[in-house]
Formats: sequence, C-alpha cells, structure tokens
Amino acid sequence: MIGGLFIYNHKGEVLISRVYRDDIGRNAVDAFRVNVIHARQQNVNAAMVFEFLYKMCDVMTAYFGKISEENIKNNFVLIYELLDEILDFGYPQNSETGALKTFITQQGIKSQTKEEQSQITSQVTGQIGWRREGIKYRRNELFLDVLESVNLLMSPQGQVLSAHVSGRVVMKSYLSGMPECKFGMNDKIVIEKQGKGTADETGKSELGSGKQSIAIDDCTFHQCVRLSKFDSERSISFIPPDGEFELMRYRTTKDIILPFRVIPLVREVGRTKLEVKVVIKSNFKPSLLAQKIEVRIPTPLNTSGVQVICMKGKAKYKASENAIVWKIKRMAGMKESQISAEIELLPTNDKKKWARPPISMNFEVPFAPSGLKVRYLKVFEPKLNYSDHDVIKWSSSTFREHRPGPSTQIERPCGSPWERTCLPVLGFHPRRS
Amino acid sequence: MTDSKYFTTTKKGEIFELKAELNSDKKEKKKEAVKKVIASMTVGKDVSALFPDVVNCMQTDNLELKKLVYLYLMNYAKSQPDMAIMAVNTFVKDCEDPNPLIRALAVRTMGCIRVDKITEYLCEPLRKCLKDEDPYVRKTAAVCVAKLHDINAQLVEDQGFLDTLKDLISDSNPMVVANAVAALSEIAESHPSSNLLDLNPQSINKLLTALNECTEWGQIFILDCLANYMPKDDREAQSICERVTPRLSHANSAVVLSAVKVLMKFMEMLSKDLDYYGTLLKKLAPPLVTLLSAEPELQYVALRNINLIVQKRPEILKHEMKVFFVKYNDPIYVKLEKLDIMIRLASQANIAQVLAELKEYATEVDVDFVRKAVRAIGRCAIKVEQSAERCVSTLLDLIQTKVNYVVQEAIVVIKDIFRKYPNKYESVIATLCENLDSLDEPEARAAMIWIVGEYAERIDNADELLESFLEGFHDESTQVQLQLLTAIVKLFLKKPTETQELVQQVLSLATQDSDNPDLRDRGYIYWRLLSTDPVAAKEVVLAEKPLISEETDLIEPTLLDELICYIGTLASVYHKPPSAFVEGSRGVVHKSLPPRTGSSESAESPEAAPSAGQAAEQPAVIPAQGDLLGDLLNLDLGPPVSGPPLAASSVQMGAVDLLGGGLDSLLRSDVGGSPAMGGGGGFAAPGPAVPASMGAPLGSGLGDLFDLTGGVGTLSGSYVAPKSVWLPAMKAKGLEISGTFSRQVGSISMDLVLTNKALQVMSDFAIQFNRNSFGLAPAAPLQVHAPLAPNQSVEISLPLNTVGSVMKMDPLNNLQVAVKNNIDVFYFSTLYPLHILFVEDGKMERQMFLATWKDIPNENEAQFQIKDCSLSADAVSSKLQGSNIFTIAKRNVEGQDMLYQSLKLTNGIWVLAELRIQPNNPTFTLSLKCRAPEVSQHVYQAYDTILKN
Repeated sequence: MIGGLFIYNHKGEVLISRVYRDDIGRNAVDAFRVNVIHARQQNVNAAMVFEFLYKMCDVMTAYFGKISEENIKNNFVLIYELLDEILDFGYPQNSETGALKTFITQQGIKSQTKEEQSQITSQVTGQIGWRREGIKYRRNELFLDVLESVNLLMSPQGQVLSAHVSGRVVMKSYLSGMPECKFGMNDKIVIEKQGKGTADETGKSELGSGKQSIAIDDCTFHQCVRLSKFDSERSISFIPPDGEFELMRYRTTKDIILPFRVIPLVREVGRTKLEVKVVIKSNFKPSLLAQKIEVRIPTPLNTSGVQVICMKGKAKYKASENAIVWKIKRMAGMKESQISAEIELLPTNDKKKWARPPISMNFEVPFAPSGLKVRYLKVFEPKLNYSDHDVIKWSSSTFREHRPGPSTQIERPCGSPWERTCLPVLGFHPRRS
Repeated sequence: MTDSKYFTTTKKGEIFELKAELNSDKKEKKKEAVKKVIASMTVGKDVSALFPDVVNCMQTDNLELKKLVYLYLMNYAKSQPDMAIMAVNTFVKDCEDPNPLIRALAVRTMGCIRVDKITEYLCEPLRKCLKDEDPYVRKTAAVCVAKLHDINAQLVEDQGFLDTLKDLISDSNPMVVANAVAALSEIAESHPSSNLLDLNPQSINKLLTALNECTEWGQIFILDCLANYMPKDDREAQSICERVTPRLSHANSAVVLSAVKVLMKFMEMLSKDLDYYGTLLKKLAPPLVTLLSAEPELQYVALRNINLIVQKRPEILKHEMKVFFVKYNDPIYVKLEKLDIMIRLASQANIAQVLAELKEYATEVDVDFVRKAVRAIGRCAIKVEQSAERCVSTLLDLIQTKVNYVVQEAIVVIKDIFRKYPNKYESVIATLCENLDSLDEPEARAAMIWIVGEYAERIDNADELLESFLEGFHDESTQVQLQLLTAIVKLFLKKPTETQELVQQVLSLATQDSDNPDLRDRGYIYWRLLSTDPVAAKEVVLAEKPLISEETDLIEPTLLDELICYIGTLASVYHKPPSAFVEGSRGVVHKSLPPRTGSSESAESPEAAPSAGQAAEQPAVIPAQGDLLGDLLNLDLGPPVSGPPLAASSVQMGAVDLLGGGLDSLLRSDVGGSPAMGGGGGFAAPGPAVPASMGAPLGSGLGDLFDLTGGVGTLSGSYVAPKSVWLPAMKAKGLEISGTFSRQVGSISMDLVLTNKALQVMSDFAIQFNRNSFGLAPAAPLQVHAPLAPNQSVEISLPLNTVGSVMKMDPLNNLQVAVKNNIDVFYFSTLYPLHILFVEDGKMERQMFLATWKDIPNENEAQFQIKDCSLSADAVSSKLQGSNIFTIAKRNVEGQDMLYQSLKLTNGIWVLAELRIQPNNPTFTLSLKCRAPEVSQHVYQAYDTILKN
C-alpha cells in the first residue's frame, strides 16, 4: 500500500511529507523526482494509487481552492490532518469531502454531543459516506447539465471515419434531508424493455429533433449510484451528495448528430504567408438556435502577424495561445458563416515541426449530439416530503431538459499533406485532392 | 489565517525560543509553537530536541493540537524511545475517551509508533477497540492489527488478534469489513502458507454484500481479495462473476480494473459453451474502452493492462481497434502504448484502417513516436500476411520522404520482412541501396549490410557497396562490424572469384586489428571454416534461416497468466512478476490462474493460449538480429581468449596464402559438384599448424580452435579461470600481480602476470608459499629474466608440486603467498580451484566404486544443486573428464540420467559422486561422498565452475 505521500514545489523542495510505512525514508524524495510510484516492499495497486492522488487533489481543492505552493503552505496543518484521516497505514479511507467537512474543520471541534459524535462516525463509515444527515435548504433545487464532446475523425474526402460522443451528466443538488433520486433517459435498452418507441424507431429522425432512444456504449457512475440496481434493472437511483458532482459519464458511437460542419481551406503563398479560409455550416433545424459558438483555429509557432476578416461574430488572433479565436453569439440552423485569415510567417530554419493541432469548436445547442434526452428526474424524501411548491419550482426553472449545456466538437483531421517545411495545414484539409 | 509563516523561521536560537513557547501557559501560543515545530519537521530540520516539551502538550482537549502532537510523536518516537514512553499514559487514557474520534485517533497513532515498549501497552487498548461499539473505532483498530503485525508478528498471533480480525469480516459495517479484509490480506501475504484468509462460500457471500455498500477504496480491497479466491466449481465462479460485473460501471478506474481482474481470473473456470461466457466477454469490452477517457496516468495503467488482456483473450477487444487511435494531445507515453495495442489487434479485417493510421503517425512530430509507427508497419506485415505487400509499399513511400530517421527505421523493418517472406520483395532492394549514404545509425547500417550480404547474388555491385563500408571499419560499432564480416563472407561464398581480396581484407581487419573478442572469434571461425572446408562453410554460413513470426514479441504464456492475476498493480504496468522488483519476502508467492475446466478445449481458437502453459505451443523465438552463425557463436565458447597473444606472427604467415586451397576447392565444388574434400596441405590454417579435426562436429572443431589459441596442443586441458588481480599495485608499491591456476597433463602451474606500475625498475623477484592444506609449493624458482621496467609486464608460468609442508587452512583452498623484489616483500592470499588437484588416475573400478560408496558412512554424504546448466549427460561427462572427473557408469532411471563419477586428489583422497540430470530441468543434483567430507564443498564448486565454463 501507499508508503508515504510527498508534496513538492516546482524546485523539488518538500512542502508536505507524510510517511505511513517504515520502508520509506526521507531519501525516498530522490526516487520520486523520477517516479510517481516507487515500489520496494509491495506490489501496490497502481490504478488505486493514481485514483487516490486525483481524489486527494479534489479534496484539497474543495477545502482551500487552487492547489498552489502558497495555499499548501498556508494550509499545511489542515493537509496533515486530512492525510491522517484519509490514509491509514497507506490504505485509503473515506475521502468524500461531504463527510470529511463534518469533522475536519480547522475550527477546533466544539464539544459535540454524544449523538453528534456517533452521527459523524456512522456517516464516515456508513453506506452513504458522501452525504451527511440533517442538511436543510429553504428552497430545494436540483440542477442538471448534460455536457457532450464530439470527437470526429474524417477522411481527406470529408467522409466521417469515426465519431464518438463522450458525455457527462453534472448535477448541482441543494436538497434537504436524505433525498432518493431516480434519473431516467432515453436509453434504448430501457425504452425497448418498456415496449415503447418501436413504431417510429427507424434510426434516422429529423435533424436536430433527436431520436426516440439512443444506444449507449458504456457508462460509469458516481459512487452514490446503486450499481447492482443499474445492472439488473438499468435504472439509475441514488442519494446525491450535497452540491456539485458528476453523476455519470457515457459514450455513444451510433447515429451521432453533428451540429456543425467545418470546412477549412489553406493556401500557401510563398514561404512566409498563408491564406486560411474556414467555413462553418450549422446542420440542424432552422428553428433551433446555437449559442456561444467559439471556433479555435491553431496557427503555426512562427506566426508573426494575422489579419482576419469574418462575416459574423468577432475573431481575434491570440498569440499566447497560438490560435485564432472566432466567437459567434448565436446562429440558427441551416446557416453558414465564414472566416478568412492571412497569416504572416517568420522565415525560420527551425527544424522542429509544428504538431498541427486540430480545429476545435465549443457551442451550446438545444439538443445533445448523441441524441440523449432526460426523460425524468424524480426526487423522493421519505421524512421531509418536500412541498409541491419546491418540486414544481425545481422542475420548471432549473431542470433544463431542452437545454443541455455546452458541447464541444473536436475534429481531428485524418491526414494532411505535409511538405518539407512546417506548413500549417489545418483542420480537415484534404490529404490527396 | 495563514500558516505559511511557520515555514520561514530560520534564525538562530530558534529551538530555544520554541522551547519557551511550548512551555507557555497560553493555549494559543502553545499551539502556534507546535505548528512551527511541525513546519520545521516537514522541511527536514531536526527538532527532536524538543521531544519532552512537545509531549507535554499532549494532554489537551483541543483535538487539533492533539493531532499535531501525535504527528510529531510518530516522526520522532523511534529516535527517542525512552521518552516516547512518557506518552503511553495519555494514549491509554485516550483509548477510553467517550469521544469515538479520540479513541480512534489514539489507537491509530499508537500503531504508528514503532517502539517495542509502546507496543506492549498497545495490546489491551487494541483488544477493546476491536470490539468497540462504534464502527469508526473498529475500522481503525482493524488496520492497527496490520500495523502491529508489521512490528511484532509473534505478538499479534499470541494475543489472538488474528481471530478477532477474522470475526470482523462478518461485521455489520461495510467499512469495517473492507479494512479487515485489507489487513488480513496484507498479513496473509507475509505468511504465504498460513490459512489466514480462509475464504469459503459463506465468507465470500459476506464480502460480496459488503462490496455493494462500502467506499470505492473498500471495494478495491475486497475485489483484490476475491481475486485470490479459488471457486470450487464453475457454478460458484459464475455466481461470483455475476455479482462483480456491476462494478464495471464504477467511476473509479481502480475499482473497474480490480473487477476486471476477478472476472478474467474466474472466466478460466467457465466453459466456453456457456451462454454466460459469451455475455461476460461482451460486458468486458465497454468498460475497458471507457478507461481510455480517464486521466492520462490512469489511461497508461489501463493501456498496459489492456495490452495483457488483448494477449490473453484477443476476442474481447477485437472490434474496438478505432478507440486506440491516438489523439493529437495524448501524452507520448499513452501514444506509444496505444500503438502497441493497435498492432496486437491488427487482423486481416482491419488492416487497411490500421495501415492508413500508421502512415499518418509516421509523419508526426515526435521522433520516438514516428519511429515506433514505422516499426509497427513492419510488425503488421509480419503478422498479417495478406497485408505484407501493402506494408512494403507504404514503407517505400516513407523512404521516399527522405526524412532520415524514417528511412533508417524503415530499412530495419524491411530486413525483418525479408526474414519472414524470403524471395518475395527483393525488387525493393534497389530503392534501399539508394539510401545507403544517409544511414548513420548502427542498427540501420547493420540491417542494410545484412540485406546486401543476404542478396549479394542479385546485387550487381554488392562488392562495391560492402567495400565502401569497409573503409571506416574500425569506426563502426560492433554490431555493424560483425554484420559486415558476415555479409562479406556470404558474398565471397556466392561470388568467390571477384571477392577474394575483400574477404581477406575483412578477415584480417577482424582478427588482427580488432580488440573486440567477439569480432576476433567470429573472424577466426570464418577463417578456419573457409580454409578447412569451404563446402561446409557454405552449408553453415548460407544455411536456410528459420522464419520469424509475430510471436517474437508476445509475452511468454506462463508469465502472461501470472500477470493477469496482477491486473491493476505495478506488476501489470511493468509486465514483470512482483518477485522481479519487490524487495524481501512479500509478493514472492507466484499467483496462477485457476485450471481450465472448459469442456470444449478442442474447439478453442488457436489464438487463445490455453492457460496450462505447457500445453501452449511455444513458437521458436528468434532474436531479431537473427543470424544463425551469430547464434552459434553465442553458444558456449567458454574459455575467454586468455593470456598469451594469438601468435600474431603465425597468423600473418598464414594469411599469405590463406585461401589458396580454399578457393580452389570452393570453385571445384561449385563447378563440378565434387563431394566435400579437405583443404589438404595447400594452405595453412591460422594459428600454429595442428591437425584439424576433420569431420568432427563443428562444436568440437571450435573447441580445438580454442586449444590452439591457448598455444598448447594438449588434450587434457582442464578448465582455466581467467586471470584475476591478486595483489593490486596500490598495496605493493607499484607491483601488480594477477594470475590463475591451471593443470595440464599432470602438472600444476600458477600462471602469473607481473606488472610494474611504479616509476622505478623492479628486479630480484622471488616467491614463497606458506604451508597449506595440500602441500602446494613452487617446483622451481620464480624466473624473471630481465629487470621489469616501469609500465611493463611479464608473464610467467610457475610450475607447482604438492610436496610442500601441509597445514590445514581455512578455507581449505586458501594459499598464502609472499613475493619479494628489490623494493620490498609483499604478501597476499588467494583461493585455488580444487580441480587443479584432481589427478589423472582418478578413475575407480566399478566394483570398487560400489563397495566404497557403501562403505562411506551416510553422514559423510553432501548434496548440492548445480543451477542453470543445460548440458546433456554426455556433454557433462566429456566436459568433466577434461578436468579428471571420470564417469564410471551412467544409468537412466525414470527418464533422468544418473552419472556415477570418481576423482582423486593429489594427496590420495577419493571423492565419489552421483550426478542427477533431469530432462528439461537446468538444475542438476550432485551428491558427494568422501571420507574427508570437508572437501565436498570445494569439489562442488569445482563441478560448478567446470560445467559453467
């Protein structure tokens, strides 16, 4: 198991050192300059160690914000207290911030009553370690966001070779008591089980309007979700942690709706100049609107200046990010817009090639590219019985079924011609045309 | 509130000030002071002097302060054990505190203080805490048992804590169960034989219930523990699998990987006919793919494991090739690993896609990645026969890019493709030759040279090409030199008339001008082969090479099975068993997959290696640089070229008409196809002219060669160890003595090299031995003819006899030597190998042997293991006979060879031996019987040395 945990600054000086096992000396520090995990006495579970380190970062962020040298120094007593609690003899213990915050407060525990104490311990060790009892809100609210990113691989002829959506369902829960939640989406397996959606399930549906059901390749859940119930009934039920958390991640590959098409053209004018033209076409029903569109066009490292002209929105060359960033506030379906840029290059002998990052796009659309739809989100609190007012309020204003959150479309070119020098060939410039 | 100020106190007198603050009456000040102490401790300052003052702060109801003091205690108790005892009372008291958090804190901290005296006091509180009413205290106490076991295992057993811990597996609280499992697993690991984790269907059921309820980390402990369980039949295996599969949807990748481990292991027990088996296979793929969207480090761990899973059960991910396509922003370590998996998944069905992708990668920016991509194209060609042609043309396209490292890498893989598909793609050689000049990496140069040599008959200007390499022969790396030597010899054998000069040139470069023993040896072997029997040379050098196959880079099946049992752990990331990197006894137990119970073994696809290991058809693994002769040379040409220089003058003499006869016979056999004929008297072999053993197998011919280089044409050459330094110059005012012992035809000698490393001339050498166990003494005075000038050395062979005074030494074969010169007298001691004392008439009569064996009491028998020896019984006999160990009888008992042997020492002591050799087992068992049992150990060492050299 974990023998010791060290936190360094960028100079390699130790800020925090907590040793759990005898076989770790201070000189272990040297070994860790090279390795993250270093085994001497045991064949440790490497996946667990990495997962734990990420978890530790989450916990620290939840306690004091950004992880920086200054913050670490400012909170070193707290960090030691946390490390004492969440790792025992190198074995990770309960690391849910919700539970930890009930008794690691840095305020000095005021003399708790016996009931309070046993409530803490039973919560830390109990089945619902991520939520404390007795949470109270005047107004019960639940927010839900679906965030999707489309990864696309295209052939030189513009044919989609492979595409997949990786999505996340993020929740913000501000609910009193111990609410039982049930979340339903248009999962094909569930729909078919219920015998619905077979009539008009042809796989192809109207652009942008989504489909009756979607095939989910795989999904993973936050630890609050009862996995065995999902396995047997495919229903997602849980008692949520308080505040923001990622309920689930999923991946789909079938029938992905691409909200936009991006067509780049690149022309080389001499050795020191490039002309770039990028056209984007919105590919959904004209009645729908896409918002907060941001297109990022990477530029070569030896760019000295950029002139941009765009018909719609605003575009700017950001030298520090090596990219042209083009922003459009909103765009209706079945429209197109274009940007042209002239990129001046410094003559360079630098042999180091440019990595040709792909063009990427961020936007919000009122449908999910995967076709995912939230069918219901039920909340049931056995003791408190939320008032109707609460539930209605919640479902009408904050449950954004038809407005999934921002989506990302990353389009990776399958290939591009690459001449001897580092020509910036962007996006899906055809390989052989 | 900012605590960073505590890090900045660096002024003098700090400790003194802190002391004062710690003893302050004000609580706040005390706490501030303790914080300062901890900060100093963190940055590595020694604040142990404050021990009593800090411990004084322990009795407080401020939990935060208490925790800080405990932290300090854990760090320094070991260096101040006597003072640490002062803290015991508080600990014991805290273990009784009404607040469960404080009880747990006390027992947790106490377990971390590794001081024996404290440990004694820990037992009672721990016993109470294990049965505490509060689960938080119990889960902490469970881990504490593991801590205590680490300090004093006996104590834990004596106190019966292990039984209490086992009871906790049935605790009502899931976290207590998980921690108990973790503690028991760890303790069990250091007691591999014990039956600690006595898992049975009932306890398994409890674990599976807790699995659904405990924290993500607890789930990992339980899954890792389940993986060690061996279900009694396939039904039990299936029912466990069914309850583990929901874990595959967990957001924590470590939980997923541990679940995969359990499933991969238990699947072995399921019949492939079962519907459930197919369902399970289908369920495994999606979560493995999902792991690829985790953080990069976790992706890497996942990919290393997927690499194993793909080799073990290729069917799981065979349709998922696309997910392993690299993303532009993947870190390089992820990219390289994905590439490796892509090749493993490549099949006829998806090869077009893979190739298109690989070709893209070959134009990327990162050099390492590009190289691996090019190499991958070659591996695809070897793996998927139908794609070979497309791969070759892709490689040619890449060569046209003229990007230097791409060209070089492509040439290296094309060489391998030639090895797999001979006589198929030679049309590309012309293109390859165009790039000859741009090759600057040894591996690429060597590959190109190999190609030219191998296809010399089809390359018109092969001689010119190879000659161009020869110019800078000495600047080349060994790899290139060896390849060049072989290639030119091949060329000569194919086109003897035009290339005679070239081959002479390379042979003399390799044998005379090179300091590299490998190169020299290979040079001599070719030289001798060519001059002795050119037809045989042709058979050897141009022999048909075995084809290489994809399996070359697969993990060996038994290791693979073991690694599957370690999914998720470091072993699976390193692809090495834990015993290869874990210190101490932990993890030495080899894990193995459960035996297959599948009924349709015969219907199994050939790709899925059966788990039994031995049953797996093990393809011949050929080293990439595969050159038959190269392999031959690596065999067992034991004695390094030692001592006397290789009679340089005679070699040169030999070179004059080296190939006269050889060429003739080669031409004759080429033209007339006449049978093999000896080289006759027409030419001189390199080295002193000694009749070559015609017709003898190559092996013994090589043996002769080495006898030749040794300069003495004896047949009874017992093994001579290389010289080692006996007396370093530093200890002997500039005189350095190195040497070894040898025995030849009944006479023992001490072969010495005296080197003058001082600034003045040395003379008047003399040598004397102290009395020793076998009466070894110089038979002649040490004769150094001329004074030894600075930086000169002289070689002397000093004959020895065994008529000196005898005194038993310890160790038995210790020899103390005094050497005198004009400067001083120097003493050193050395150990001689016992086999120099084995006499020539050491062969006992059969009857006599039997009688003597019975006669010597059994307590005089000693048994030894000779490890890593792969010789056959006959080879062993003849090898030992060279050192006067005689085989009297050989028997074959139940498939194993038993050799009965005898030997006699110079002082008349007989040693009888029985050597057991089992087929396919490199470890021999040697039993020795002797009336003077103290020699046995040394006789065994002699055996070991002789057999391994």
